[in-house]
Amino acid sequence: MKLVKHAKSVALALAIGLGSSHSFAAEQTLLNSSYDIARELFASYNEHFAAVWKEKTGNTVEVRQSHGGSSRQAQAIIEGLRADVVTYNQVTDVDILHTRGKLIPADWRDQLPNASSPYYSTMAYLVRKGNPKGVSNWDDLARDDVSSVFPNPKTSGNGRYTYLAAYGYAQKAFEGDEAKADEFVKTFLSRVAVFDTGGRGATTTFVERGIGDVLITFESEVNNIIAEFPDHGFEVVVPKVSFLAEFPVAVVERHATRNGNLELAKAYLDELYSEDAQRLLAGFNYRVHNEVVQAEFADQFPSVELLTIEEIAGSWDDAMSIHFANGAKLDQLQRR
Amino acid sequence: MQTRASLRVGDQPWVKWSLISLALFIVGTLLIVPLVAIFVQAFGDGVQGFLTNITDTYTLHAISLTLLVAALTIPLNLVFGVFLAWLVTRFEFPGRKLLITLIDIPFAVSPVVAGLLYLLLYGSNGWLGSWLMDQDVQLMFSWPGILMVTVFVTCPFVARELIPLMQQQGKEEEEAGVTLGASGWQLFRRVTLPNIQWALIYGVVLTNARAMGEFGAVSVVSGNIRGETNTLPLHVELLYQDYNAVGAFTSASLLAGIALITLFVKSFVEWRQARQRRVLDEVSE
Repeated sequence: MKLVKHAKSVALALAIGLGSSHSFAAEQTLLNSSYDIARELFASYNEHFAAVWKEKTGNTVEVRQSHGGSSRQAQAIIEGLRADVVTYNQVTDVDILHTRGKLIPADWRDQLPNASSPYYSTMAYLVRKGNPKGVSNWDDLARDDVSSVFPNPKTSGNGRYTYLAAYGYAQKAFEGDEAKADEFVKTFLSRVAVFDTGGRGATTTFVERGIGDVLITFESEVNNIIAEFPDHGFEVVVPKVSFLAEFPVAVVERHATRNGNLELAKAYLDELYSEDAQRLLAGFNYRVHNEVVQAEFADQFPSVELLTIEEIAGSWDDAMSIHFANGAKLDQLQRR
Repeated sequence: MQTRASLRVGDQPWVKWSLISLALFIVGTLLIVPLVAIFVQAFGDGVQGFLTNITDTYTLHAISLTLLVAALTIPLNLVFGVFLAWLVTRFEFPGRKLLITLIDIPFAVSPVVAGLLYLLLYGSNGWLGSWLMDQDVQLMFSWPGILMVTVFVTCPFVARELIPLMQQQGKEEEEAGVTLGASGWQLFRRVTLPNIQWALIYGVVLTNARAMGEFGAVSVVSGNIRGETNTLPLHVELLYQDYNAVGAFTSASLLAGIALITLFVKSFVEWRQARQRRVLDEVSE
């Protein structure tokens, strides 16, 4: 009796499992591998794209989303996750798809406008109600009465951007005097109250444990945090100089071809550059390239001088070896 | 012995009461408060909010995927566990002791390592995986992969429960059955199964709890595709990362609910097992 029951439940479960994987085959599906915290952005964009695609081709498309830390997401694709497109928050994680997996061409940054980065953001400050410490720029964060919170640059892309932004600021402020820039960043790092492993942890430290005067994170994230904790009266401060955080996208050609989705995948990324989509992105607090949309959202995005990775360190490869490798600059400056 | 020792401690009331209050304090702060907090957070937006979160398409899919994986894992490990326990307690063969040790491998390695092992083997760069990819078979980053690692991390539970019991019970009853002319299947149905049924249920309850709650190994092979390979524990993390704390705790409260049910069933089974043991003892006396 027992065995028969079990056999039945197995059969039933199998039917459910197979059924669910089959029911999606009727329409076109696209898999987008993305970074964490981008869920609502792409839920909204996918709806937009589905409507555009339906009008253009008459086909229904369902875009599935995979979210996670983008380094891990890239690793999963190399190990066989059959994503058609990637939409990440770090250039290095897309690069790896070429260098380690040969899944995309070497010149992937030239395939789409703006170095394949349809939108961008920068590092901004979240300060406590009324900005009691009067923080406005990076030099304030080196003051001994101000303590800041941001994720560890060793483990988090978010933290790496903050470190590079501070370093880029120091390079400018001291007109390329490396010793002085190093000294500044060393002081800046010594004022950090807690290094969490990721962005979410840093937010918890700042908001729920009440540690630090400034939380440094993506400008695009700051509004999410304010919205989640409306009672705290947090305020946003955008420094005068900051780092250009790109959000690179690419078609994973090998997989998209295999899935028969190449055309669809290209259209999906192209559409990100359309005016409507750029407006949608700006609504999620990302900065965009479209000039019409830029003008519409001018109030929301204070002007800021954005430094690129090329200006600060030459290239991402150099940045990794000069600053973030074991025993490199970051390690030296953190030694107190 | 034990009763006398505890009496001696109880002779000094302050020792007894400070120990009791310390234990209650620890249980309260470490276990009860967090458990209550999960449900408080889950209903943070009221009952309506809870229902909205739970009927979310992705949450419903996560629930059904988790149920599917558990429903497939349990029979697989049930058969495997009984087979293995029978083998090592009823037969003598070279390598038997080694086999008993090997059963515990899934307990000894971290689940993340287990997940990585499967990924290295069946991922598209692994030597089995690259062949599978040519055959257009996708195991990793789809539900079969999740099932594989779940079976791996839960496979010792049933066998671990059965082996000590079957060793203790010995094979006399079964030998008697054989001399009376029972076939292998009759022997199992009429003699072995009634003796082990409560331990078996106990093993199944533990397997189920772990299969539904497993995070580490599943996280490695899942690929985190919403509405496709996202199990309930992974869904909790995703929602939390999304700044959707209420949604995260709603899903977490489901897992906590499963845990509570598991505890009740476990206590009941333990009580039945204890009773069965008493009966056995009386009979042997």
